[in-house]
Amino acid sequence: MYTISNRLKIASIILMVLGAIGIGIGFGSSPSTAEEAKEMIASHGEGHGDAHAENVTEHHGVAESHHGNAEAHGDSEAHHDSSHDEHLLHQLQNRPWAAVYVAAFFFFMIALGVLAFNAIQRAAQAGWSPLLFRVMEGITSYLVPGGIIMFVLLACSVAHLNHLFVWMDPEVVAHDELIQGKSGFLNGTFFLIRAVIFLAGWIFYREYSRKLSLAQDEASDDSNFLKNFRASAAFLVFYLVTESMMSWDWIMSVDPHWFSTLFGWYIFASMFVSGITVIAMVTIYLKSKGLLQDVNDSHIHDLAKFMFGISIFWTYLWFSQFMLIWYSNIPEEVTYYVTRIADFKLPFFGMIVMNFLFPVLLLINSDYKRLNWFVIMAGVVILGGHYLDIFNAIMPSTVGDQWFIGIPEIGSVLFFAGIFIFWIFRALSKAPLQPKRNPFIEESKHFHY
Amino acid sequence: MASKVIHALYTDDDVLMHAVKKVKEAKHHIEEVYCPFPVHGLDKAMGLATTRLAITSFLYGCVGLTVAITMMNFIMIEDWPQDIGGKPSFSFLENLPAFVPIMFELTVFFAAHLMVITFYMRSKLWPFKEAENPDKRTTDDHFLMEIEIHDNEDELRKLLSETGAVEINISEK
Repeated sequence: MYTISNRLKIASIILMVLGAIGIGIGFGSSPSTAEEAKEMIASHGEGHGDAHAENVTEHHGVAESHHGNAEAHGDSEAHHDSSHDEHLLHQLQNRPWAAVYVAAFFFFMIALGVLAFNAIQRAAQAGWSPLLFRVMEGITSYLVPGGIIMFVLLACSVAHLNHLFVWMDPEVVAHDELIQGKSGFLNGTFFLIRAVIFLAGWIFYREYSRKLSLAQDEASDDSNFLKNFRASAAFLVFYLVTESMMSWDWIMSVDPHWFSTLFGWYIFASMFVSGITVIAMVTIYLKSKGLLQDVNDSHIHDLAKFMFGISIFWTYLWFSQFMLIWYSNIPEEVTYYVTRIADFKLPFFGMIVMNFLFPVLLLINSDYKRLNWFVIMAGVVILGGHYLDIFNAIMPSTVGDQWFIGIPEIGSVLFFAGIFIFWIFRALSKAPLQPKRNPFIEESKHFHY
Repeated sequence: MASKVIHALYTDDDVLMHAVKKVKEAKHHIEEVYCPFPVHGLDKAMGLATTRLAITSFLYGCVGLTVAITMMNFIMIEDWPQDIGGKPSFSFLENLPAFVPIMFELTVFFAAHLMVITFYMRSKLWPFKEAENPDKRTTDDHFLMEIEIHDNEDELRKLLSETGAVEINISEK
């Protein structure tokens, strides 16, 4: 049995407190009127001011796509100016919300990715992984708090407490025929109903599978194992559909004019590789405490192979999406990458280096995949890269060129990291770390490469 | 110089693995093991040096990537500048996305083909080559372990029959 160490508990609480302070500062310093927003930008100094002035034309383009037809907002210069200020205000007000949203989603998607990995291992009746089942179940326990937080954030958006999703603003929809055409799907009520269905399905499977997994330890036959196998196979079907729709709803719809048909897969690759990375990290941490003694370097090697392979899979999907849009150069599609390359150069290209070049060069050697500290270091880079991936997906449409990775963003990451660590290690301490009666446990113990 | 070798035949890969470990424990040098299929972990049990094929594969991949970059740059940018995707920038870097699939394919092509060719050359395999395995049954259902004899025929014979060999032969090599 694992017991959560005091140091880890205190560390996670410190993370939460520091994070909460950071989030508080983010909300406290966001402007409440358009005048304040203008002052904030002006006081940012010459350099930023100049850059901002140059960006106005482009900015106008963004404003157009976000607030419907700019002409509808007014024909006179004065009116246009005030609509621009209003837009700036919304961007600055969005920043703390978007920071919280990105971090909340990032940690939620880790748990969701692990849930999919766990279901695949069970549906495939894999022989190598049963030793890691309790670690996976521990991480998926975060689905409950993470899911509730995500739902509250989405409900806040529907309640107009923030402007993360422009299609929720009736003013915008009134002037935007494209969004009007999509309003049968993109409306607040249906949006929340879908979120409830997704979360309920995922959490139900997680709890059911966990229950069967624990029951199997005490059972005298393999009926629980078989039930779990069937439930996992059925869940994977449900997951593939709902995960894809979730990615349209929670991420792609921040930019309601733009769409990509492989977006669901792309987000899936991100959550899958982040989830596997966290499994490897938690396993190595527990091993360093002298637990999970039957987990050998071959198990870590396999997880690192997955980290390597899924990183390349992510790059493949990212590039497939990018190349088609870049090549065809259709205005309504290509704006997605134009804004990212113009305003988000560093996170956009930095993410590709962190998510592709680093894993490929670091993890290509099979000996390195067996070095635990090496896997941890590569994992840190991969997790950072996939945080940036979600950052790049949300920020351009919500805060535009007013983005920065500062106190609100780092605070949000620390806050959710604290909750995540606290919750998963608490769940890990609730059951023995090694399944007793899994039919494949012997094979898993003797797994070697 | 003709030397004598002892051939021990086995009918099961698990028995063979245990035999290999026993022979290694007794400090005998195993010349070669002939199997009808690859036996997992046999190379480690025999104490063979790890393969360097992966390193050559990585280097061949680098060569393929370089060839692709040089080729695309010459064909599409220098020799006959092309307007790619309605973006007449005539710069390699700005047209890079269009070249990535070719760069990827040639990397894989070079790495895979040259690695296979290297493997054949390293294992001295080529078309119409005479088979080297001393007993035809090793292509069917028997495993054969070959050990060189240095005036210790009786000792080896005893050891090998203890390990579960179904047949032990001595032959000139």
